[in-house]
Amino acid sequence: MPHRTAVAPEWRLKEGRYNLVGSKCACGSLYFPARMYCPACKKETTPHKFSGKGEIVTYTVIRSAPAGFEEYAPYAVAIIKLQEGPMISGQIVNSPEEVKVGKRVTPIFRKLTEDGEAGIIHYGIKFELEE
Amino acid sequence: MKNVAVIGFGQTKFGELWDRSLRDLAAEAGMLALKDSGLEPEKIDAFYIGNMAAGRFAGQEHISALAADHMGLNPIPATRTEAACASGATAFRQAVLAVASGRHDVVMASGVEKMTDLKTSEVTTALMGAADQEWEAGIGLTFPGLYALMARAHMAKYGTTLEQISTVSVINHRHGAKNKKAQYPYEITLEQAMKSQLVADPLRLLDCSPITDGAASVIVASEEIAKKLNPVWVLSVQQASDTVALHDRKSLTELAAAKIAAKKAYEEAGLPATKMDVTEVHDCFSINEILSVEALGYCPDGKGGKFVQDGKVAVGGERPVNTTGGLKAGGHPVGATGIRQIGDIYLQLKGKSCNQVKGASAGLALNVGGSGATANLAILGRELRRK
Repeated sequence: MPHRTAVAPEWRLKEGRYNLVGSKCACGSLYFPARMYCPACKKETTPHKFSGKGEIVTYTVIRSAPAGFEEYAPYAVAIIKLQEGPMISGQIVNSPEEVKVGKRVTPIFRKLTEDGEAGIIHYGIKFELEE
Repeated sequence: MKNVAVIGFGQTKFGELWDRSLRDLAAEAGMLALKDSGLEPEKIDAFYIGNMAAGRFAGQEHISALAADHMGLNPIPATRTEAACASGATAFRQAVLAVASGRHDVVMASGVEKMTDLKTSEVTTALMGAADQEWEAGIGLTFPGLYALMARAHMAKYGTTLEQISTVSVINHRHGAKNKKAQYPYEITLEQAMKSQLVADPLRLLDCSPITDGAASVIVASEEIAKKLNPVWVLSVQQASDTVALHDRKSLTELAAAKIAAKKAYEEAGLPATKMDVTEVHDCFSINEILSVEALGYCPDGKGGKFVQDGKVAVGGERPVNTTGGLKAGGHPVGATGIRQIGDIYLQLKGKSCNQVKGASAGLALNVGGSGATANLAILGRELRRK
C-alpha cells in the first residue's frame, strides 16, 4: 500500500527534497525542512539553501521496514545536525555497521522509494559518511 | 469549572481478535462501562471516541456516529478525537471538559482500534501517519525507529544501558501476567528480552508494544450525579503539544510536552508527584517508560533507567507503574490505550485492580501521541479536592 501516489505532493516537495531549500526568518532563525512562518517570532520566512553537511546526533537501523521500503532493509537512519544548526532525519547510504554517533556526513541524491512498477519514483537526499 | 468524576469503566479483551469488528468492540466496551456505572443508557448526554486510524485500518471513518448507533445512544452528539496514540485520553479530556463546563451531566468517553486486518508492513505505514509524512515517513522511518533514535540519544547522553531498557518490558510482563484482559498475560525473562529479534537498533521485538484490537470506555459525570455512586474524582486533565517531527525538538532525550502537562496537573490537583500511588505511562516502546518517569518528576533526568532497574516501578516498589502490564504486555490498540489507562487507575483507586496496590488513593495516567507531540495527562483521586 503506497503512502503517496499523486504527482502534486511530490512536485511541491521538490525544492526541499532535491535542492535542500529550507527557510530563513528576518530574526536570523534557520529552518529545515521549510516552514512558512517562524515559530519564534511568527513572521513569514524566505527560502534559504542548506549545505546538507552535518554530524550524526543519533541513529537506528531499520530492520522491520514500512511498505515500499522492505527491499532496502536493513538500512540506517540518522538524525543529523546540519552545520547551519537545524536537525534533519535522513538515511545513511553506508553499511549500517559503519554508522556511529558523531560521524560527519555529506548529502547525496538518491531514490527513496517507488509506488510500484508503474508508479512514481520518489527521489530525495540521503547522506553518506565523510572519509 | 464544575467537579467531575469517573463512575464506570469497561474494557474488551485486548489481542488479535479476528472474529471481532470495530463496531462490536466499541459497542461492547461502552455497554460494559454503562453496566459498571449502574446508569441507564438514556442518562448519557454525549459521546466522545478516540480513534487514530480506522480509515486506514478498516476503511471506516465517521466511527463516532457508528459506535453510538451500535450502543443505541442516538441521537446524542457523538464526536471522534484523533491525536495518534493519545486519541483516547484526548476523548477523555473532552468528556471531562464537557461536564466541567456544565453543558452535560453524564458523558461516555471511549477509545477503539481494530488493527489486525492489515499485514504488519501496512500497519507500520499507517502508524507513521502519526509522524511527519514528508520528512520522517517519506525517508523510511518507522515508529520503532523514532523511539530507537531517542533510546540511542539517551544512552549516549546519560549512559542508560540496554539492560535497563529491557527491564521495562520484563516488569510490565510480570504485572500483565495477572491481567486476564491482557494480550500477552505471561512473564518474560531479561535474557529473552535482550536476545529477541532486532526491530530498529537498539530496540528489539520485546521492547515494542504489539499490534492489537480492542476498545475501552469510561463514564464521567457531574458531582451531583456522581456523589451517590462511589466515584473516583478527576483532579486534573492537562494536554500539551510539541513538534510532530522528532528532529525539530530542542532535546531528543526528553518528553517536553509531558513535562509541561505534568507540572500543570500537579498544581491543579494540589498533589505533588510523590503522592501518586499508582501510575500509567505510555510504554509503546520500552524507552518511553524511562522518558516518562523522568518527565513526571519521579526521578531526575537521565536517571530513569536506574529507577526502573532498581524496581521502583514494580508493584511493591516506591512508585508502581503500569500495574496491569502497560502497553507492552497488555496490548496497544492505539485509540483505546488512553481510556484503558484511565480505567486501570480508576480500578486501582476503587480497590478492584487485578494487581492491586494496597490503599491507593491517587493516581496518574500519561498518554503520549506520536514520538511525543501530544501529551495528555490525568490525575484521579479518591478525595475530591475543594478549592
